[in-house]
Amino acid sequence: MKSLEELRALREKMKSQIDNRSVASADETVIKVGMATCGIAAGARPVLDALLDEAEKRHLHNVSISQTGCIGMCRMEPIVEVFRDGQKYTYVLMTPDKARKVMNDHVVNGNVVKEYLIGEN
Amino acid sequence: MRELALNILDIAENSLAAGAKLVEIEVSADFAADTMAISVRDDGKGMSKEMLATVCDPFTTTRTTRKVGMGLPLFKYSAESAGGSFHIESEEGKGTFVRATYRIGHVDRMPLGDFGGVALQLVTMNPNTDFVISAKCGEGEGVLDTRQVREILGEDIPFGAPEVRAFLKEYIKENLTDILGGRL
Repeated sequence: MKSLEELRALREKMKSQIDNRSVASADETVIKVGMATCGIAAGARPVLDALLDEAEKRHLHNVSISQTGCIGMCRMEPIVEVFRDGQKYTYVLMTPDKARKVMNDHVVNGNVVKEYLIGEN
Repeated sequence: MRELALNILDIAENSLAAGAKLVEIEVSADFAADTMAISVRDDGKGMSKEMLATVCDPFTTTRTTRKVGMGLPLFKYSAESAGGSFHIESEEGKGTFVRATYRIGHVDRMPLGDFGGVALQLVTMNPNTDFVISAKCGEGEGVLDTRQVREILGEDIPFGAPEVRAFLKEYIKENLTDILGGRL
């Protein structure tokens, strides 16, 4: 059974790594997922999970993923907003697979996935 | 909504929007009596008597982008359509308490769904709020109290760090979801 004692050990291990990480935050990408009733009902949770999973797999420490309330276009949910290079990109009608593609193509490689953007839907 | 866990997430999001510092979530099941209950308690800003009276009306909402708010009505419906009951109390400045009960064997009861995933999402994505999430089932009982986790981690290590997230995921599985045993 996992106990909180293991967490104490984990903390000691992590302490040394923290400094390295904060250095990389200059060119941070911020990702927000709409997590109000409309988003949740449309499947925002699996989308968020997919984003977190990709970020973890690829060790993307300069990406911050968070949730937000109703963005205001409930019929377009799940919505993922990517803030990068001073620009906002709104991806709509997302699925876990689309979310992974956005992570790979846009967040990692810098190529906007145009076909999922709000203007195309 | 196809899972009760998603309803829990939605109600907890309301608590967060109300500025809660502590959110307590409990899922309990009694298979012998064929009942289960879900409750969410917060210490957020609460609501007025007038608001409370109409809060389960889908045309009541605090958001400004739409005139409809489906969260509580859907939660209430999930319980009442499954032979259960729904109860909400709230006091301005004190907080809100929501509780729904279900008949486990009712044909229209939604499955609990990915409760562990919801718990993980709540605790890792909302670093400024504390959660006490518990699961009870007959003899088994498990709890995740983020105040204890916070005490160990200290100020400098965030809940969302991949290593902490991986730990919490396992911890939640063993202490919450395994207690309910996938039977809901």
